Amino acid sequence: MRYKLVELEPFQPEETQRKIDETHGLHPDDQYLKPGRIPHIWCPGCGLGIVLSAFIKGLDSTEIPIDNCAVVSGIGCTGRVAGYLNMDTYHTTHGRAIPFATGLKLAKPEMQVVVFSGDGDLFAIGGNHLIHAARRNMDLTVICVNNFNYGMTGGQAGPTTHMGAKTVTTPYGNCEYPFNLTHLAYASGAVYVARWTSFHARYLIESIQKCFAKKGFKFIEVLTPCPTGYGRPNRLGSGLDQMKVYRDNSEIRNHINPMEADSELRGPIVVGEFVDEEKPTFLDRYEEGVLSKARSG
Amino acid sequence: MSKDRDVLTGVHFLNGDDAIAEGALAAGCRFFAGYPITPATEIAERMAKRLPEVSGVYIQMEDEIASMAAVLGASWGGNKSMTATSGPGFSLMMENIGLGMMMETPCVVVNIMRGGPSTGLPTLVGQGDVMQARWGSHGDYGVIALTPSSPQEAFDMTIEAFSLSERYRIPVIVLSDELIGHMYERVVIPEKKFLPRIRRRKPRKAPSEHLPFQGGEDLVPPMACAGEGYRLHVTGLTHDEKGYPVISAEAQERLVRRLCDKIRKHAAEIIRIEEEGTEDAEIIVVAYGCVARSARESVNMARKSGRRVGFLRLLTVWPFPEERIRELAANGVKGFVVPEVNYGQIAGEVERCAVGRDVLMVGLMGGAVHTPEIILEAIEEMA
Ligand SMILES: Cc1ncc(C[n+]2csc(CCOP(=O)(O)OP(=O)(O)O)c2C)c(N)n1
Ligand code: SF4
Repeated sequence: MRYKLVELEPFQPEETQRKIDETHGLHPDDQYLKPGRIPHIWCPGCGLGIVLSAFIKGLDSTEIPIDNCAVVSGIGCTGRVAGYLNMDTYHTTHGRAIPFATGLKLAKPEMQVVVFSGDGDLFAIGGNHLIHAARRNMDLTVICVNNFNYGMTGGQAGPTTHMGAKTVTTPYGNCEYPFNLTHLAYASGAVYVARWTSFHARYLIESIQKCFAKKGFKFIEVLTPCPTGYGRPNRLGSGLDQMKVYRDNSEIRNHINPMEADSELRGPIVVGEFVDEEKPTFLDRYEEGVLSKARSG
Repeated sequence: MSKDRDVLTGVHFLNGDDAIAEGALAAGCRFFAGYPITPATEIAERMAKRLPEVSGVYIQMEDEIASMAAVLGASWGGNKSMTATSGPGFSLMMENIGLGMMMETPCVVVNIMRGGPSTGLPTLVGQGDVMQARWGSHGDYGVIALTPSSPQEAFDMTIEAFSLSERYRIPVIVLSDELIGHMYERVVIPEKKFLPRIRRRKPRKAPSEHLPFQGGEDLVPPMACAGEGYRLHVTGLTHDEKGYPVISAEAQERLVRRLCDKIRKHAAEIIRIEEEGTEDAEIIVVAYGCVARSARESVNMARKSGRRVGFLRLLTVWPFPEERIRELAANGVKGFVVPEVNYGQIAGEVERCAVGRDVLMVGLMGGAVHTPEIILEAIEEMA
């Protein structure tokens, strides 16, 4: 076979550099953002920016060096978070951020490994990985941005879509029961479980801080508006209108069994830090119950 | 003692699966993630026992999708890592093998082939995954797959697979089969000092200047792992030399061509074949893996009865030795006999290169390997 290929267009780092020079460094948070990656792709009114900046604030308030922290994402609007953070970031396949992060953590136990992904990514296609990582008490922080639909692909229903809610694939209203993500994470073995909304940024920052200081499988669910995918068909208004719903209809109830933590479309929405327990991690058990025996055996 | 437990120097009686596990440890593999499946389970079992002895990590994941993802994660964490599976699990790994190609992640994927499709013949031999190893994940990318024909080779080739994966930054496939996996033979493990120690090249430039996906002259970029201060973005999306996602035809052209070319342009270095009596051969038998054992016997039988028959054994099925087959075809060979435990996968490649020559595919659908007599009959038929 002979090949006829087009001439390669050379890589032009100048374009990225120009963007970096023009935009990077103007904001104090910029040290946490990959140079030249902003502006982001998210829609106006999307809750993702709030969660990203809460993460940055949470990390900033700890003593953890940036180079000791890695973020792993799956695929989706939330999955794009990894690409904006100025640290070691891995944007994997749909649903597989947790097992990738598991390998990374086991190879680099001294690093803080955070998984950032969407509800569809973590609980539909990746649901099995989530429950197993929780069961093992793998030392990971999982931040699940729940916008109740598949944002990236244009607003289809998923495992968190409210009963009766309209999406492009549930034009007559959703006829499936949604998961309670916090209950599922807890039942699977998570040692830290919290739910906030993008309105509760301060609480969210505190939870993120706590996760950095704690070992084991930590799970934070953040309810966010997706005005494009979920807001429009359900007449929820703009991102700001959704924030008002979060403000007016959510109730903070710490230390309850997550089973009781409702989250309805227009409220009531129960938020809070539901679970904070101690339990040896996978690596603790592996060191103690496997490595020590193998080395002495 | 843990230090010296990684290379069990000496003479052993091992099956191919165990030899692969020992080869991995000798190559410096310190992470294994897998999911039990016949006939590859022995690899996981041996790794579960052996890895902790050398302070490595063995983890049984919830499925093969997770296993492949974890292997990639561990490789970015700086470990040499491996998984092992068979047909159904290999199918599940495909998407993340593609991710490994796109992220240019060194690691080793072992597939102990059994009869397929689907659940097929869990306990019996097959060679039906050869094309899947080449084209199984969507999109274009370069592939290296090694096919051992004995437990000793299973050991040696696993070490080689690690070296190649570190050298070219791709998941390298050890494509063995049930017969070799379960066959016991003498395996000699050399002293550690005689084993290759190839590790991924590290960037020399400072983080601010390093372009993590710029191939350079040999098309393989140096690799900075997690925690080394380079703050890379590593994505399965099409990306530029900086690693940033770029959704354009131009970026795709540069990236995908490099992913293919870094193997194509080094094919001559990577390809390993063995030839016997091909110089003056009228007929050449091409075989790999378990079938190569009976094929060699049939070639000997044919030669004894005075036929000019040559033997070409593929130690790497991918990249395929196109040039050599073309050369042999041009040198006036009458034809090629290609026995495989499938319905014609490598035979198709041989035919592609041996234009105008007769190609006789000797197929078995799985469950048994050719006797030398079956192949001899094919040789007689062509002669
Ligand atoms: C294997 C596979 N199937 C389907 C897709 C297409 N896809 C991309 S993102 C996505 C859904 C993302 O939804 P979610 O995880 O809730 O994240 P969001 O975009 O809402 O943040 C899907 C189905 C894919 N990338 N890979
Ligand atoms: S589709 Fe929804 S989740 Fe995605 S960026 Fe737009 S608002 Fe945000």
